[in-house]
Amino acid sequence: MTQLSVRGLQVELDHQTIVNNIDVEVAVGQWVCIIGPNGAGKSSLLKALAGIIPSTGEILIDGSNVRDLSERDRACWIAYVAQEPVMPAGMRVFDYVLLGRTAHLKMLATESPKDLEIAHFVISELDLADFIDRDVATLSGGERQRVAIARALAQASPIILLDEPTTALDVGYQQEVLELIDKLRKEKKIAVISTMHDLTVSGLYPDRLMLLAEGSVVVSGSAESVLTPENIARHYGAKVTVIDHESGPVVIPERHK
Amino acid sequence: MRTATARRISPLAWVISAVAVLVTLTLGVSIGAVSLPPLTVWSEISSNLFGTASNSTGSESTIIWQLRLPRVLLAFVVGSMLASAGCAYQGTFRNPLADPYLLGVSAGAGLGATIAIFNGSGTAKFLLPLAAFAGALGAVFLTYSLGRSAIAGRSSTALILAGVAVASLLTAIQTLLQQQNTDKIREIYAWVLGRLSTSGWNDLAIITPYILVCIIVLLKYRRVLDVFAVGDEEALTMGLPVAKARAAIIVAASLGTAAAVAVTGLIGFVGIIVPHILRLIVGNSYRILLPLSIIYGGVFLVLADILARTILAPQEISIGVVTALLGAPFFLFVLGSSRNGSVT
Repeated sequence: MTQLSVRGLQVELDHQTIVNNIDVEVAVGQWVCIIGPNGAGKSSLLKALAGIIPSTGEILIDGSNVRDLSERDRACWIAYVAQEPVMPAGMRVFDYVLLGRTAHLKMLATESPKDLEIAHFVISELDLADFIDRDVATLSGGERQRVAIARALAQASPIILLDEPTTALDVGYQQEVLELIDKLRKEKKIAVISTMHDLTVSGLYPDRLMLLAEGSVVVSGSAESVLTPENIARHYGAKVTVIDHESGPVVIPERHK
Repeated sequence: MRTATARRISPLAWVISAVAVLVTLTLGVSIGAVSLPPLTVWSEISSNLFGTASNSTGSESTIIWQLRLPRVLLAFVVGSMLASAGCAYQGTFRNPLADPYLLGVSAGAGLGATIAIFNGSGTAKFLLPLAAFAGALGAVFLTYSLGRSAIAGRSSTALILAGVAVASLLTAIQTLLQQQNTDKIREIYAWVLGRLSTSGWNDLAIITPYILVCIIVLLKYRRVLDVFAVGDEEALTMGLPVAKARAAIIVAASLGTAAAVAVTGLIGFVGIIVPHILRLIVGNSYRILLPLSIIYGGVFLVLADILARTILAPQEISIGVVTALLGAPFFLFVLGSSRNGSVT
């Protein structure tokens, strides 16, 4: 059973603490969502976990330290989808998804039939079969997100980090992408850590919210316990009303009179 | 469900390429002050390789085997190296305007050659390639160590900027030296513009092993170059050891370029034109671009050399002038279209 345990994670850039002493536990099939005001360190936290920026503290998977692993082995455990994934002009969707197999290939090797099969499988699973020959640079926002998730799935890592997966999307695509992530993490037992901008949306699918402010976790727990008018006023400086709805708390900004 | 495979060169493209190589090599040997029919060319080559009967006269045989064939093959090998190095740099730096001289190879080689020309009298012929080679590698080493220490080796922009700085520093030193010894400027100038006139098979034999190894290494990295297309950060999270892979590509591309430059001087634009023409035809995947750059870099330089030898015959134009005459307008075109984001 895969479990990601982070203890005392610290990110410093130019002698400034960006992420401060963070502990998180994410179990198989769980979805933890990080929220917080701009500049709170949400993206930095994900990038530190992905190994993109240097950090200190323990990152353990099933008790063994990720820091001891090579780039390849780390990528076999943790996949990462950037906020705006780079879509190289002229690359087909199929080739892009196939890039996800990099972690499973020796550096100078080329893909085996099995790698091609996995890419095809992921593509059909995500209903992208009609897209395989499309140039990724010509895809719409929602299609890009799906293709980037397909690439992360081809990587076959039990942990996926998603940085603002829905920020650029309209409500229809938002719902589609979030439903997809929710289905995949349950079916494939993938642990998901995402950041999210929209507070109401962040309460809909994830199991747990972590509110980050100035690099530290200030509140963590269920959507109901984190998304309170008091918490949002204190950390976002916003005056909001929170309405209880059956699918989760609905956060509505109040208009200044 | 529709299936797809990884990008690869189609059988038709292989056939076209093989024909292109054979035709250009044959043209390269048969065209010149004395025009030789292709059949004579091939029978002479076959007689030298396999001991078959040759229908060429003694002087024809010397022209083919001792003068033109080594020169044509040198052009091919150097063109292959420059085009594949440019192609690899464009991939690993995600910069459509990168060429083999990006990290200071040309300035380093130029300085090395200048010093050798100034100090050499009888030994200059022997020392010149060595000095250019050492200068080229020294410049890349300097660029690489400066660029790495600037931003912990993560940013490829730091490396490119370091290359600019190193190149202008070394060029300034070269200019300073030239101003003190104006009598040798002509000789330096001729070297800088590049030339393919050789002394038989010697030059080719010296640089081919280096270039062959470097080209094979770059070929091995063709899939990795496609991974670089998503940028360093995402490539890293996909399991690519970005810094290590880039270092290996830089070493192979620079070493091969240095070997080429040492013998032929600075032949510009091949490393940009060839990969970009190919991009327009076959797309952006390095699995296809890199092998085709090797093939058509060679073809291009052999053709450019034919022009250099024939346009003002019996006078010979510097090969660097020919490639620049074709290359500069194309360079502007690439600049224009990359601003629209269509070439990257």
